[in-house]
Amino acid sequence: MSSKTDWTWFHRLGSPRWFYETTGRWLPWLGLLTLLLLGTGLVWGLGFAPQDAKQGNSFRIIYIHVPASFLALAGYYLMAIAGAVGLIWRMKLSFMVMKAAAPIGAVLTFLALFTGAVWGKPTWGTYWVWDARVTSMLILLFLYLGVLALQYAFHSQEAGNKASAILALVGTVNIPIIYKSVDWWYTLHQPATIKFTSAPSMHPDMFQPLLVMILGFYCFYAVALFLHTRAEILRRERKSSWVRELAIKEAGL
Amino acid sequence: MSRSLPNGFTAYLKRDLLLAYRRRGEAASPLIFFLLVSTLIPLGVSPDPARLAELAPGIIWVMALLATLLSTEGLFAADHQDGSLEQMLITPQLLVMPVLGKVTAHWLVTGLPLTLVSPVIGLVLSLPAVGIAPLVASLAVGTGCLSLVGAVGAALTVSLRRGGLLLSLLVIPLYMPVIIFGSAVVQAGIDGFNWLTPMAALGAMLGLAVVLCPLAIAGALRLVSSN
Repeated sequence: MSSKTDWTWFHRLGSPRWFYETTGRWLPWLGLLTLLLLGTGLVWGLGFAPQDAKQGNSFRIIYIHVPASFLALAGYYLMAIAGAVGLIWRMKLSFMVMKAAAPIGAVLTFLALFTGAVWGKPTWGTYWVWDARVTSMLILLFLYLGVLALQYAFHSQEAGNKASAILALVGTVNIPIIYKSVDWWYTLHQPATIKFTSAPSMHPDMFQPLLVMILGFYCFYAVALFLHTRAEILRRERKSSWVRELAIKEAGL
Repeated sequence: MSRSLPNGFTAYLKRDLLLAYRRRGEAASPLIFFLLVSTLIPLGVSPDPARLAELAPGIIWVMALLATLLSTEGLFAADHQDGSLEQMLITPQLLVMPVLGKVTAHWLVTGLPLTLVSPVIGLVLSLPAVGIAPLVASLAVGTGCLSLVGAVGAALTVSLRRGGLLLSLLVIPLYMPVIIFGSAVVQAGIDGFNWLTPMAALGAMLGLAVVLCPLAIAGALRLVSSN
């Protein structure tokens, strides 16, 4: 009887084929769940949640702005951790996930900045302000773009993966700064409403659709990540036999 | 030659200083760039002393940043081309020590002259006299951070042919906190607040950079050599 822990389950996770086949089974359900959550959240939040006392109806963009920001931050952690796992355990699947996470995160960051600007005009009177949180989100966008650019700059896939992983890890220091910036500095951006240790400072009627939207965005992120990673797997493993068989089968030959 | 830790550091420090001395003109170009572009703002924006005084901390910091960025490209490029980078990778010392030696030499040749010349630029840009001390202090510490972080970008892009622009794209987001705090030090000094507070943040960044950046640089250089 071996006294060491059995790590084969972990290394099985690193098989691109296993990932492709498993996510192929999950995707339809995940996609359905995403549509359900996003649909419910949007209709509830944009249509039925009560109006805000000071901002009127313009606060409703929170239902897109906050989930997008959450996912932009969480997505960066995911990308950096995937890079770290790839570097430490030399798992190429991990690098593929990191590569897939970069464009999704960049788009979500841009969405967060854009919806923030749209929200800022009626409430703060300006589209843009150089306060701590907005500036550090902009830095996050540039970091995502840098990781993307570095991936494609190398001829060798190996080198590109490792370089992006190192860059993603170096940029991780920015995330706590973004998260805590509204607490450390007096900024125009409001402090955190959703806290882990106490009740949210928002009315439940407004907060519940927000939770639904956040969950919906997480599911959406998972769907997008899986789709991108699957495409990346097919591209990189195109010379292997299981991909060729799959292609032949899909083509109906 | 013993294999002790300091030897790797001092060997590469002396080597890089000697190489920079042999190419003195090239080594002085970041400094000259800094002097030249600092004159662009009065010419392009406004020569009015009051307006210049408002902008001076930021201008000097941005120009110092750009001058450092320009010189960072060549940090590992020459060694990569003639093969001495490979030699550095197979030395018995920990790779972080030669790396730290090279980056220190880079700072001594680029950042330190910038810091020493900055009071003159401050004078030319109508910086209030009370701002000179915080300016020199913030640049001394800040250019150290800039050299270290820039070296990470240089190591990542050393094997690429057109790495210069990509280097800027990678490194400028990481430079942004340094410049925010750096010019905050000078602004605090001018406004009469305690400038040691943002200075402490800058010092913390340097401490973190000295410890972590050499690891990232060493990792990046190893991946370059194996491809």
